[in-house]
Amino acid sequence: MKELLSPGHTACPACCDTMIAKFTLRALGEDCIIISPTGCLEVTTSAFPTSSWNVPWIHSLFENAGAVASGIEAALKAMNKKEDTKVVVLAGDGGTLDIGIRSISGAFERGHDIIYICIDNEAYMNTGVQRSGATPFNATTTTSPSGKVSFGNPLPKKNMPAIMNAHGAPYVATATLAYPKDFMKKVKKAGSIEGPTYIHAHAPCTTGWGFDTSKTVEIGKLAVQTALWPLYEIENGTITSVKKVKNKKPVEEYLRMQKRFKHLFTKEGGEEEIAKIQKIADENIDIFGLQ
Amino acid sequence: MAILREADKDKMTVVEGSYAVAHAVKVCRPHVISAYPITPQTHIVEELSQFIADGEIPNCAYMNVESEFSALSALVGSAATGARCYSATTSQGLALMHEVLFNFSGLRLPMVMTIVNRALSAPINIWNDQQDSISQRDTGWIQLYAEDIQEASDMIAQAYKISEDKDVLLPAMVCMDGFILSHVYEPLVLLEEDLTNEYLKPYETNYKLDPKNPLSFGAFADPSSYTEFRYLQQQAMDKAINKVEEAADEFKELYGRYYGGVIDTYMTEDADIILCAMGSIIGTLRDVVDNLRSNGKKVGLLKVRAFRPFPAEAIKQAVSNTSVIVALDKNISIGLNEGALLTELKSILYNTNLNMPVIGFSIGHGGRDIPEKTIEDIVQKAENVIKSGISHESEFVDLREDLI
Ligand SMILES: Cc1ncc(C[n+]2csc(CCOP(=O)(O)OP(=O)(O)O)c2C)c(N)n1
Ligand code: SF4
Ligand SMILES: [Mg+2]
Repeated sequence: MKELLSPGHTACPACCDTMIAKFTLRALGEDCIIISPTGCLEVTTSAFPTSSWNVPWIHSLFENAGAVASGIEAALKAMNKKEDTKVVVLAGDGGTLDIGIRSISGAFERGHDIIYICIDNEAYMNTGVQRSGATPFNATTTTSPSGKVSFGNPLPKKNMPAIMNAHGAPYVATATLAYPKDFMKKVKKAGSIEGPTYIHAHAPCTTGWGFDTSKTVEIGKLAVQTALWPLYEIENGTITSVKKVKNKKPVEEYLRMQKRFKHLFTKEGGEEEIAKIQKIADENIDIFGLQ
Repeated sequence: MAILREADKDKMTVVEGSYAVAHAVKVCRPHVISAYPITPQTHIVEELSQFIADGEIPNCAYMNVESEFSALSALVGSAATGARCYSATTSQGLALMHEVLFNFSGLRLPMVMTIVNRALSAPINIWNDQQDSISQRDTGWIQLYAEDIQEASDMIAQAYKISEDKDVLLPAMVCMDGFILSHVYEPLVLLEEDLTNEYLKPYETNYKLDPKNPLSFGAFADPSSYTEFRYLQQQAMDKAINKVEEAADEFKELYGRYYGGVIDTYMTEDADIILCAMGSIIGTLRDVVDNLRSNGKKVGLLKVRAFRPFPAEAIKQAVSNTSVIVALDKNISIGLNEGALLTELKSILYNTNLNMPVIGFSIGHGGRDIPEKTIEDIVQKAENVIKSGISHESEFVDLREDLI
C-alpha cells in the first residue's frame, strides 16, 4: 500500500502527530483534502520545498482550521465537485480547544460535511510544551510548572467531545493512537456519515511528556486501562459504544512513566494529588459505564 | 488622461450604492461569498443574501460565518479549491481579519473584497474615514479606491480581472466610502451581465486543492527561502500596475465607462497646485477645482485609484510641472502626524529631480463633513506655500478648539 504521508519529515522519532496522520490517511485513502493548522504536524511535514503529503494539503493559520475546512467544503459543493472527497482537519489540541474554538464551533453549527480530528498531545508542543486547555490536572508544562507552591496545571481538562456533541454533531468519538485499528475504524465511520464529525485522539508525545520513544503505545494503552482516557462513540447525541476497562489499573502506573508527573512522586503531598487524579479516573468509570 | 462617462441614459436606474455593488458581485458569478455583518457594509451582504434566497446566483454558496476572522479564513479554503470568492467588511471587521489578510496574499490566492471605509474605535464611530484599509497597506493586497457608486460597482469586475491574472494572483480590496457611497441613491448603470460574461472569464487555475493532483499549500519556509516568497509578491504587485491600466482600458472599450487607471487626472497639465486624494472626496474636489478655475486659479486634481500597487511613475509624470502638491488624507499615522498619501508622495519624489513642496491635511475623520469652503482654505494655504515656503507640512483640518 502506498503511504500517503511520506517518511523523511522532521518530527521526533515516535511522534504521535505524524502517527495519527498516517493512520487517518490509511483509513481514508487518496480522495481527501487535509487541513492542518499551525503546530507540530504542520511544521514537521511541510518544510519548503519538500512536503510529506501525497494528498492535497493546506495550512493557513493556527486558529482557523474549522473555517478553512468549511470554505473548502462549501466551494467543492458550489462547483459540483464534492462527490466522495473527504475534507479532513488534523489539528492539535491548542488549535482546537483554545485558539481555534470559535472557528470549529462555527463550522459545526453550519453543518459542513467535514471530519475534524483533534490530535490531543495535551499541550502546545510546537512552541515548547506550554499549557493548553487540554493539559490534564497536575501535569507540568513550561507555563504550568510545578514549584514550591504548585503541583503543575491546577485546572481540569476541557471536555471538548462534550462541546462538539452539544453542537449536534452526528458523530463524536474518542480514540487513541495506541489502538490504531479502533482509531481507523472510527475515522472510516466518520467518513461515512454526512455532516460534521469529530474524533478526539489521545496522542502521547515523547518529547513533551517525557518518556522513552519505545513507550508511546504502552503509555497510550495505560491511559485507557486506567480509565483516564475513556474510549466511546456518541451518535446523534447518544453514547452508542464504550470500550470496557477490564482489570482497571491504578493511575499511578500511567503517571509514573512520564516526567510531566514526576513531581507527584517526589514532592511532599504528592500522594494526595495522585488520589485526586485517581478520582477523575473513577468518575470516568461511572460516567461512561466503563466496567 | 480624461474622464469619460458615456453612461447610456436609457440603461440608468436609481439604486443605493450597496445594491449596485451587490448586483456587480452577482454578475461576476462568484462560487463562495462569506461575510459577517457590520455597519455600513450590511446592505451589501443583505442584498447578496436576498439574491441567493431568490436563486439568482447559481452555483454559489453564501456562508453565514461567526466572525470576520472566519469569513476570510473560509475563503482561504475556497480560493485554494479554485473558487471565485467575495467578501465585504469595514473597520473593526477588517482589523479582525488582519492576520488572515497576510495569509491570503502570501498564499497567492485571488479574491475581491469590498471595504466600506469606516473609522476605527476608540472612540467607536460608524462613519466614514479610510483608516481601516490604510492600516492594512502592507498586507500584500491590491487596494483600489472608488469615487462614486458607478465606479465602486464597475470596479468589482475590474478587480477580479486584475486579481485573477496569472501574472498577479493577489487578492484585491475595492474601497468605497461608508455611507457617503454605500447608502447613497444615485442614477447609474447596473453592471451589465452580458458584457461581464465577455469581460470576465471563469477563474481557472492549476494551483488548487484537488485529490487528482495533490499539491501542498502553506508550507513552512525557513530563512533560506522566505525572502524569495516576499520578493515574488512584490514582483506580482509591480506587474499589477499595468494590469490595473489594462483592466480599465478593456472596460472602457467594452462598457464605455472609464475612471482612470492607476490614477486619474483633472486639469493637472498647467496646474500650479495639485490636490491629491482618494475616494468620494474626489467629487467635492472636482467642484472646487471648477470654481477656482473660473476665478483664474490654476488648480488641478490627482485622483489615486490604486493605492497598492502605488503608482509612483504615473504620479511623478502627472505632477512634474506643478508648484505644490497637497495631499488630503482621511487617515493618520499617529506619532508621525501624516496621512498615508502625504508620506507616500514625499517618498516617491525624494531621490528625483522633482523637488516641489508637498503638504498634507488630515481631513474627514470619523465622518466629519468636508465642505467646499474647507478645501478652498486649503488651496489658500497652498498658495502661501508657493509664495513663502512651507510653514506646516502636515496639519489637522477644521479642528474644534472647544473640545481640545
Ligand atoms: C495566533 C497565533 N498565536 C500563537 C502562535 C504560536 N503557536 C504556533 S503552534 C502553537 C501550539 C500548537 O499547539 P497544538 O495545537 O496543541 O499542536 P501541537 O504542536 O501540540 O501538535 C503555538 C502556540 C501562532 N502560530 N499563532
Ligand atoms: S514534540 Fe511531540 S508532537 Fe511535536 S514532533 Fe515531537 S513527538 Fe511529535
Ligand atoms: Mg498539542
